[in-house]
This record gives sequence, C-alpha cells and structure tokens, in this order.
Amino acid sequence: MNRRFALATLLVSLIAAGTLFAQNPVLINAAGATFPYPIYSKWFDVYHTKYPTIQINYSSVGSGAGISQMLNGTVDFGASDLPMTDEQLGQAKFKILHFPTVIGADVPAYNIPNVTAELNFTQKALAGIYLGTITKWNDPELVNANKGVNLPSSDIIVVHRSDGSGTTFIWTDFLSKVSPDWAGKVGRKSSVNWPVGLGGKGNEGVSGLVKQTPYAIGYVELIYAIQNHMAYGKAQNADGKFVKADLASVTAAAAGAAKAMPDDFRVSITNAPGAASYPISSFTWLLIPAQISDAAKRDAIKGFLKWMLADGQTYNENLSYAQLPKPVIAKEQKAIGLIQ
Amino acid sequence: MSIRTIWRKSLNVVMLSLTGACAAVTVSVLLFILGYLAWDGASSVNWDFFTQLPKPVGDVGGGMANAIVGSGKLLLLASLVGMPIGLLAGVYLAEFGGKTFPFIVRYTTDLLNGVPSIVIGIFAYAVVVVPMKHFSTLAGGFALGVMMIPIAVRSTEEFLRAVPTNLREGAMALGASKWKTVATVIVPAAFQGILTGLLLDVARVAGETAPLLFTAFGNRFWSPGWNQPIASLPVMIYTYAISPYEDWHRQAWAAGLVLLALVLVINVVSRVVMARRAAFLRG
Amino acid sequence: MDGAAPVQSGPRAFLRRLAHGDEIAHLITLIFAASILLITALLVYQLWLGSAEARHKFGWHFFFTTTWDPVAGDFGALPFIYGTLVTSALALLIAVPLGLGAAIFLAELAPRALSDALAFLIDLLAAVPSVIYGVIGIFIVVPMMRLHIAPFLKAALGFLPLFQGPSYGVGMLTAGIVLAVMVVPFIVSVSREVLLSVPADQREAAMGLGATRWEATWRVVVPFARTGIFGSVFLALARALGETMAVTMVIGNDPKISASLLAPGYSIAAVIANEFSEAIGNLYIHSLVELGLVLFLLTIILNGLARILIIATEQKGSSHA
Repeated sequence: MNRRFALATLLVSLIAAGTLFAQNPVLINAAGATFPYPIYSKWFDVYHTKYPTIQINYSSVGSGAGISQMLNGTVDFGASDLPMTDEQLGQAKFKILHFPTVIGADVPAYNIPNVTAELNFTQKALAGIYLGTITKWNDPELVNANKGVNLPSSDIIVVHRSDGSGTTFIWTDFLSKVSPDWAGKVGRKSSVNWPVGLGGKGNEGVSGLVKQTPYAIGYVELIYAIQNHMAYGKAQNADGKFVKADLASVTAAAAGAAKAMPDDFRVSITNAPGAASYPISSFTWLLIPAQISDAAKRDAIKGFLKWMLADGQTYNENLSYAQLPKPVIAKEQKAIGLIQ
Repeated sequence: MSIRTIWRKSLNVVMLSLTGACAAVTVSVLLFILGYLAWDGASSVNWDFFTQLPKPVGDVGGGMANAIVGSGKLLLLASLVGMPIGLLAGVYLAEFGGKTFPFIVRYTTDLLNGVPSIVIGIFAYAVVVVPMKHFSTLAGGFALGVMMIPIAVRSTEEFLRAVPTNLREGAMALGASKWKTVATVIVPAAFQGILTGLLLDVARVAGETAPLLFTAFGNRFWSPGWNQPIASLPVMIYTYAISPYEDWHRQAWAAGLVLLALVLVINVVSRVVMARRAAFLRG
Repeated sequence: MDGAAPVQSGPRAFLRRLAHGDEIAHLITLIFAASILLITALLVYQLWLGSAEARHKFGWHFFFTTTWDPVAGDFGALPFIYGTLVTSALALLIAVPLGLGAAIFLAELAPRALSDALAFLIDLLAAVPSVIYGVIGIFIVVPMMRLHIAPFLKAALGFLPLFQGPSYGVGMLTAGIVLAVMVVPFIVSVSREVLLSVPADQREAAMGLGATRWEATWRVVVPFARTGIFGSVFLALARALGETMAVTMVIGNDPKISASLLAPGYSIAAVIANEFSEAIGNLYIHSLVELGLVLFLLTIILNGLARILIIATEQKGSSHA
C-alpha cells in the first residue's frame, strides 16, 4: 500500500514538474542552415546568458529543412543560405522576410596524404571534379594550376551533401555560373542530382567524411574547415585570379551587393567581380514571418535581430564570418519595423 | 578404417569446431562492442556529462544533461501510451474474447510490430506534429508509445496464460466473478513477469533514434513542459558521431556507453528474474 | 446462480448486463484491444493518403525509375529498392551461415548450462540500440574496410565488377556487414529454439544407423527444422530491410545503382531519415511517403511469412513427439 502510494506520488510530481516548468521562459524554436551554425549557436548562447528568460533553440538541419519547416509552420523562424524563391514564398500562408546575418564562404576542403600545399582550383577543375569528368588528383587541369606540387594518381573521392542545403546552393550556383556543362546537366538548387560522390549530412557530415577519407574533397563553410584543421584551396574568381577565402576576400565579394541591395535582401554574390573577391561567397539569411501573433515571441525576435545587427556582428570575425556592410545593416534595422 | 570413414570423422570434427567458432565469433562481437565503448567512453563520462548543457559548436566541453532528462521524459510518455493499451489488450486476449476478434487483434499487433521505426516516425509526424504545428515531446512520446504496444500486448498475454489454472479455478470456486478473478488473482500472479516484459519493452524503445528525428526533433537547451522539441540520447549520439569535432565524438562515446549500460542492465536483470521465476514455477 | 446474466435482447437487458462487473471489464479491455486496430488502420491510411500525389503522377513507373532529382521533380524508387535489397542480401549471406553455425553449436553440442549462458549473451546483442551499431560502424568498420578489407578484395577479386572502384570505406558492403552483425542474434535465437524442439528420437535414430554427430545434425535434425530456420531468416530479413540509423551512417548516401559492392548506395529507410524533414513541395514529400509505404508492405509480407514458417516447424515437432 505504501509502495504504491509512493510510486503514484512520484509519478504525479514528475508529470507536474515537467508541466509546471513551462511557465516563464520565452521559448523560440528555429531550424535551418548548417552554414552559419557555429556563429548562430554562439549568438543564441550569448543572448541567452544576457536574457535568461529567452531561449532560442536552433536546430542545424540544413537550409532545405529550414525553408520547409517555415512553410509548414513548425518553427518560429528559419534560416537559409539560399533565398526563398518566389514560388516558395507564394506557397507560404504568411509573408516571410529575409534578414541577412553574416557573409560566409564555401571552400573546397580536401584530405590528400602528404600534400599540405594550398591547391589552386580552376573553374573547370571544380566543375569537372563534381561532374565526374575529372577523376584523379593528377589530372592535367589540377597539375597545371599547381606547378611544384606532387599530386598523387589516386582517385578523387567526391563528397557532397545528402540533405537539402544552402551550402549546396551556393556551390552549385557558382558552378552553374562558371560551367555551362554543369548548368545544363545539374543546375542549382538546395538538393541536386549529383553525378558522383558520397553524401554527408550537414556541413558537419561533409567535414567528417572528408576528414576521415583520404583523397577526398568536399565543399564546406569556411569555419568548418578551419575548426577541423582541414586543408582548403583557392578558387578562381571571375577575374581569373586564385583567391583564398578569408575576411578580406569575402567582404570584397559583397561590396557590390552592399551598394545595390534589393529591398527584400535576396541577392547572390557568387562569382562577384573584383580581383580580390572570393567567388564562392554568400550572405545567409534568417527567415522571419512578417506577422507574429505571440507578443512575447515577437518582442524577443525583434530584440534579437536588433542585437544581432549591433553587438552580434562583433562575434563574426572570430569565427571567420565577414561582418555585414554598414549600408545593409542600416537597411535591415529599418526592415525590423515590418515585423508586426 | 576405410578412407571414407576417416573422411567422415575428420569432417565431423572440422564442421563441429566451425560451429563452435561461429558461436565464439558471435559472442565476441558483443564483448567487443562493450569493451570498445567502455574504453573510449569511460574516460568521457564525467560529472560534466551528466550535469551540463551542450556548448556552442566548436567550443570544447559541455554535456548532455538535457538529452538524458529528455530521454527520460520521452520514455515516461511512451509508457503512458504503450503500457495501458498493451496491458488491457493483453488481458482481453488472454481472458475475454472469442475466436475471430482476438485473432484479428493478434494479427494486427504482429503487423504493427513489424512496421519499420522510420515509418512510425512518418505516422507520428502526420498525426501529431502537423496538427500541433510544431515538434514536441508529445509527438516523440507518441511515436515511441506506438512502438511499445505490440510487445506489451504479447508479453502480457503470455504471462497471463502462464498462470496455472488451479488458481483460476480456486477463485471461481469461491464465487468470484470473472473480472474480480482477473483483477485480484491472475494479474497479481503474473505481475512480476508482466513488469519485466514491460521493462524490456522500455529498454528496447530507449535506443530508438529514427522515430524521433522528425517528431521530438532536438533541443540544445532544457525543454520545459511537453510541447517543445526535446533532446534525447540516441539523437544526440547520432548528431555528434557524424560530426567532425573530436570533442563531440568523445561525448558520443560517453553517451553510447551510458545508453548501452542502461539497456543492458535492464535486459540482464529482467531476464535473470524471469529465468528464476520459470525455474520456481517448474518446481 | 448469482448474477448469471439473463439471455435476452433489448436495451434494458443490455443495461442490466452492463451493470454486471464482468461486462464492463470485457468492454473496457475490448475497447483497448480495438484501439490497436484503430491505430494500425490510421497508420496505413496516413501512408496511403500521404503518398497520393506521387502515386498518381508516377504510377508503376515509380518502381523502375532510377532518377532521384528534386530539382526536376522526378522521383524514382529503384536506387533505394536496390540498395535496400543488396545490403539486406549481403547481411543474410554473412549472418545465416554464422548464425546457423552458432545455433547448431548451442543446440547440439554445448552442455545445457553453457548453451543457456551463451544464448543469453547473444540475446543481449539484439538489445543493443541501432545507433550504437552505427557509431561502431563509422569508427571501426569503415576504416577497416577502407584500409584492409577493400584493398584485399580488389587485389584478390578485382576482376569481378563486384569489387571495383575506389576504396571509400563507406558503401554497400560496409552496410551489409554492420547489418549482418545486427541480425545474427535473431537467427541464432530462433534457430536454436527450433533445433531444440526437434524430437530426440530423430537424432538418436540417425546415430543408431552409424552417422557421425555432424552427419546426424546436418542431414537429419537441420532439415527437420528447416521451415523454422527459414522463418528465422525471414525475420532477420525483415529487420534488415527496416534498419535506418546504422545503415545511413555507413552506406554513403548516394542514390545510384552500382555493380560494385564497394560503391556507396542508399536505402529506403536512410533516404527517408535524411530527406523527410526538409522535403519541400508535395510531390517530394509524397514520394518519400510512398517509399515508406513500399517498405511497410515489404516488411509486413516477410514478417507474416516468417511467423507461418516458425509456427509450422514447432507444430511439426510437437506432432511427432
């Protein structure tokens, strides 16, 4: 009798504890891109320390999932490195606003035993590798661009994303611009029909696969290559120069867009002109509904956006993301007012 | 001895040793898994692991406190869904019911048992997440609960049937009605067996990952209440294991060790209890 | 003669019967049992409904198309069916000899105490969560495959198209190996039981005629238990087909059909796990649900067959005894 009573009390109190805890905090659920996940997780952590009642739970599941969850209404806001298309925006039951947060870059990271040099990848090389027409590391296209480097004759193990990804969009957007073959055969989207390669889940999965697989190459966001001590090469920009991804080259790529940013902030900066531009750069956006009925959530989200555009930007460079250009920040601050 | 006999005798020895080797290989796989997890995971299982929340990506440290509690909450919900249905349906099959309807119920229960866990995830998504418009502990608990039902039904029915008939007859001879007999005599007699069956059921469901991927989803923080997405041990293990961060791999090993230890302890205890009980009943 | 319910029809009689405790208990337990039917029916309904657009657009072509192209909106199931079947077949090829061998040892040779203890340990293997098999797969089997097994296979058997291509480490053979380890406990445990249920006189008759231990086992006992053993194989197959996490962590996630076992592939369960939460557009989602429906039907049929076979063997054994 006593045992049963104790058990019942324990169960009831557990259930009560689980439910009661729900009272005070403002809980916001978000999901989307893995590209900016390192900076976002830093931001949300810092913001939570600053305002302990606001908890923004971000799941890094890929831009594709971020967009589809936004369309399904299963998250409070989403994140994506590819702007939503007009068709997708039309599918939504409510208006969705894009807010750029940082500028990042896709880099070609590779794992070639005994090769520590920074490789130069021509436009043809990257397209060929991912089309499956260039299959060995000592292909002439690679050797000619990297005189002095002893490239092995091993097969290139191509790695791409298995999930719907903005990082993929940025990469395929670039390849579509520089290779008519690619544009015709594969195209640009968050998830494409890859001619070759292994699939990894998220930037994390691709980094993991490349790191563990000798002779592999994969496209990942810059910070993933840096944090995991992976070698990454230079890409050839529109001016023909080989540029390595870093704060300067990524900021240079965004310079043109900074001056001519459209009102809805949807813009592509891959293959940007300029000798110093890194050609595979991109903005990444938060997808915020224009109408948020829950007042507490609305205020929390607007507050976060304001903070992100000011203090938040100071965290970017430590994680190798470029800060937003000042004109863009100013424009966004005005746009926050559109959230009702 | 003819050549044929020598051949037959040698074949005998060779094949029988091979079967022994097969048994040895199979058992050693289990020991290997345990050993490897213990080796790599034990050093990472520290106080932080049990008490801290995950740190931002790239920062070293942090723990899985929210995932451990999360798994607990999910299993609690799953039991609330799976156990009552399993128990009462099992009572129905063992004690009441005629010919055709119980047959249909048993067949359907077997059907449900065979459904792949990812398909149960799709089901829970369609039935709970979509109407609620967000991921939640409820959705995850529902998915796991549905997975618990078939085994709960089967194990309850088995243990009820195993109760010796003289107990039943004795109760009825004393004038007890059917439901009184079932409730006060038969179920308590089978209780130990049923409980261990249910515990095994929980242990099985504790390690399920696929149905949680798009129902409970995941959470880097604590998940208050039952309406929010929630972290769980298996999903964390998956996320961390496929990542490139060494620190996350370490934590994945630790979590794997904790999860495996939990599952194995429940299994071992349950089976020992059931074996002793079977021996006792055999007399 | 207390409380014997009057055998009359009509609402008043029903209510009177209802007041009787037994009827209430019967009703309540019946409702809960019926809820299982409801849940299962709802599940099938959701799968059917949720795949409507794909079924209408592609029809039977869905099963023969090899493209999986979200950009063009063209979806075909063939690469995933191929991957699922090949990895499961590989798993069985490895697990059945191994499992049957172990079962024979445990049922025929080992002393009862040892047999019970080892069977207990092997049963524990079945309790290990699949994500843990996946972790072991990534960190142990994949490097082993890449560094040792694949190069060996290519050197020894590389003339066969089965073993050509780069050594990724991940791939269909790796997935097959991990799956084999996961399903071996099912084969061992069920086969051991059916072998134990073979009546002793069968064995003794064979030995009486001069057969060696092995001959008696292999030519008399095992064939006698044949249907049950097949049943265990079907059970193992059903488990392998539906396995999600361990497979997606080691198969390479590439929706292609390759002749080589060393190449990456994709299974039905793995693609649903990877793409379901991000599929945009009804056609994409419905195609994934249709894949789920296919998997559901496959496992149901196999499980049904397995049960029939296992029951048939046990009945055969008891009818002879």
